[in-house]
Amino acid sequence: MAHRRRRRRLPAHPLALLIALPVAAALVTMLGALLRPDMEVWQFVGGTMLPQVVPTTLVLALATVLLATTIGVGCAWVTSLYDFPGRRWLTAALILPLAIPAYLLATVYIGWFDYAGPVASWLRDWFGPHAQLPPIRSVGGAALVLALALYPYVYLLARNAFLSQGRRALEVAASLGYGPVAGFLRIGLPLARPWIAGGALLVMMETLADFGAVSAFNVRTLTTAIYQSWFALFSIDGALALACVLVGIALVIATLERRQRRHQRFVGDAGMQATHRLALSGWRGWAASAGCGLVVIAGAIAPLAQLASWAWFHRADIDSRLIGFAGHSLLLAGMAAGLLTVVGLLLAWLLRQDGRRGTRMLGRLATAGYAIPGTVLAVALFVPLAGLSEWLSTTLSGWSSSTIRIALHAGLATLLLGYGARFLTVATHPIEGQLMRVSPAMEDVARSLGSSTWDMARRVHAPMIRGGLVTAAILVFVDVMKELPLTLMTRPYGWDTLAVRVFEMTAEGEWSRAAVPGVAIVLAGLIPVFWLVRGSEPHTRRHGAADNMTEWTDAHAA
Amino acid sequence: MIRTSALLALGAALTLTACSGSSDDAGSKAPLIVYSSRNEQLIKPVFDRYTQDTGQPIQFITGKEGPLLQRMRSEGQGSPADLLITVDAGNLWKAASDDLLRPAQSETLDDRIPAHLRDPESRWYGLSVRARTIIHSTERVDPESLSTYAALADPEWDDRLCLRTSQKVYNQSLVAMMISAQGEQAAEAVVRGWVNNLAAEPFSNDNAVMEAIVAGQCDVGIVNTYYFGRMQRTDPDIPLALFWPNQDSELGDIRGVHVNVSGAGIAASTDQFEAAQAFLEWLAGPEAQEILADGNLEYPANPTVPSDPLVKAWGDFVPNVINVSEAGKLQPDAVRLMERAGYH
Repeated sequence: MAHRRRRRRLPAHPLALLIALPVAAALVTMLGALLRPDMEVWQFVGGTMLPQVVPTTLVLALATVLLATTIGVGCAWVTSLYDFPGRRWLTAALILPLAIPAYLLATVYIGWFDYAGPVASWLRDWFGPHAQLPPIRSVGGAALVLALALYPYVYLLARNAFLSQGRRALEVAASLGYGPVAGFLRIGLPLARPWIAGGALLVMMETLADFGAVSAFNVRTLTTAIYQSWFALFSIDGALALACVLVGIALVIATLERRQRRHQRFVGDAGMQATHRLALSGWRGWAASAGCGLVVIAGAIAPLAQLASWAWFHRADIDSRLIGFAGHSLLLAGMAAGLLTVVGLLLAWLLRQDGRRGTRMLGRLATAGYAIPGTVLAVALFVPLAGLSEWLSTTLSGWSSSTIRIALHAGLATLLLGYGARFLTVATHPIEGQLMRVSPAMEDVARSLGSSTWDMARRVHAPMIRGGLVTAAILVFVDVMKELPLTLMTRPYGWDTLAVRVFEMTAEGEWSRAAVPGVAIVLAGLIPVFWLVRGSEPHTRRHGAADNMTEWTDAHAA
Repeated sequence: MIRTSALLALGAALTLTACSGSSDDAGSKAPLIVYSSRNEQLIKPVFDRYTQDTGQPIQFITGKEGPLLQRMRSEGQGSPADLLITVDAGNLWKAASDDLLRPAQSETLDDRIPAHLRDPESRWYGLSVRARTIIHSTERVDPESLSTYAALADPEWDDRLCLRTSQKVYNQSLVAMMISAQGEQAAEAVVRGWVNNLAAEPFSNDNAVMEAIVAGQCDVGIVNTYYFGRMQRTDPDIPLALFWPNQDSELGDIRGVHVNVSGAGIAASTDQFEAAQAFLEWLAGPEAQEILADGNLEYPANPTVPSDPLVKAWGDFVPNVINVSEAGKLQPDAVRLMERAGYH
């Protein structure tokens, strides 16, 4: 069947341009730094630092992605296709590490496993003074902790894929005579590849942009080099130039990821149907519980308990102001989640409907902000905005210029713009993945039945991408709860958040005291996460338009 | 149930937000706007006291040093900032050399803050002093065996030294001071010796250095005194002690314990110079000095103000009196030097 139905329903180019504008403005600021080369700094950075940090960065990113993907995919597979003791509870709990900022997790793990920590001390007490653990403050340790903090990205996306096609995959695997493991490796995994790759990409970009966790481990990456050249060598131009390198790497990876799935069309099973899970009996069931349980304990419960005990030690800090900070955090995260889910949907839709090369490139650009370290992005966005506000206030000097300046400086607009630039990719990926499941055949059918575009979007696409929308909203919400640099730099007066409190404590070297707002971030983030997770569980069998449609097309295809 | 309580929490938070927004604008004077890299917990009590005493309202934004300076720079003359408060002479030096600060004209300030703790051109003044000194195990180290920072590079300390990462500005300014006093070559030899003597990879913070000494991973380290003070507060019997190095009068320029400052300067963009200067003078006065320095167990920059009793118990020391702005100027050199020497 030939598909030539790319009618231009939306002016794709202008809209994509608008969506990409904040990141584009930031990139222009960053590229501008390349025009003002600070030779002394560049020589040092290029000659001494880069040869050391680039290999470390790549090794760290690869190791983190491998670990996070293994954990995320494994847990997603067993929880979506099998039934075992505690499955319902574990399914939700596996998302918990997402609510814990990676730098707090790093602090906890270093506290436990470093020489002076309880685990190493205990080993020395029992096995003599030379008993040692492999050093936690190393690339390996950093990769382990980052993977524990970031695997939920893979888990959430892969779960969406397995829930929608895993049962079929299992049936196919069984019909081909594969056992559960072979079936997973040879059928399930390849089918879910684009979703897994999407999650892995998020993990990769987050690792590349991470500063807090790697600096706790004293592992030197491209990001620490950026900060070093800015804060220690006082060369912001050097820092921006280095950040261009980072964005370059991210763009290459993102392009490769898109390329590998462009050749394939992944069309899923019907919408959110109840999945009939296979019960794992005996030791297999308990092994599944233990595996998932271990991940939850290592990634969330044990670190949370540690943070809570630190927070209890500093319980004098718990006062009513904390509620105010939590309110700001929740409000900002909620607004950003709503806004970005809508924009992400728009972008995903554009990328699907508009085949123009320009639109695709703009889409890639718009989602590249995730790889820019937050502080650099904050500055790169703030510089053009401050310039704009200066320009406006001098040009329109007769007309209440201060109002404009206040609107730009003190309003939430700058902050939300920044969140948009940084987290759009988090919102777009899950939605794009789900949209791929709507087959062209289904759209053709809907159109042949006389559905308008809007009608089709509402009745065909909407029910099928609901899971993706929820995932997008959760991810953005939790990311904004944890976000620091943008909030710190562009928040209006009086808008301190929990993350800002954590920063203020750690900036004065009071790490354990930072646990009070730290725990509050986790708790405040958990409520909406659980709320949304329940909504994403396909527990009711519904026969919506999409289901009917699929059955109809299936019948005709057969 | 969860849904309802979440909504309630959100509602409560919103109400609080709405209330807190308006209360600061009370009073007829225009508020002074402070950009601060020191945290709210520390500075708010100081600001509140000033507002109480003088009726001058104060608004502030906290942030990380680098981005805060960049924010002022991009806001240019349109910046709402009247005063900048930040830590580390390097940042103050950078703010001054980027013309973000305007010189004060105040004898009171010059009287209250010693010359080596302020900008020679009066663009910023140190408000509290942070001493970076040697810390050692009281169980395994005889203080008699300690003398100078440089002596920690001696073979005697092989596999016994713990340091914080060179990424932290405190170590950068310590090395910058050594460069200033003795030149690059001598400083590099010392840093290389330190690296040889390390018992563990550099740590990401001073607390970890002290914990490693207590646990027996190493015997000596270099830390800022207030970190030790905080640790002493929670555990008075901790088997650690401070040692004041470089006290010998024959050492010349390198004599004295390395000190850095937290400080403040009047923003170039201010349209309330008088009010900002009056506030800065008050910050250098006894009342504010006590809260600012003692609240964090630092040393007051104003020598007439007594230190916290816990701090006083560590004894007196001769500080290094090379102007702290030197450390800022030489900071990039120090960073390059440490990188060459393999100190990460």
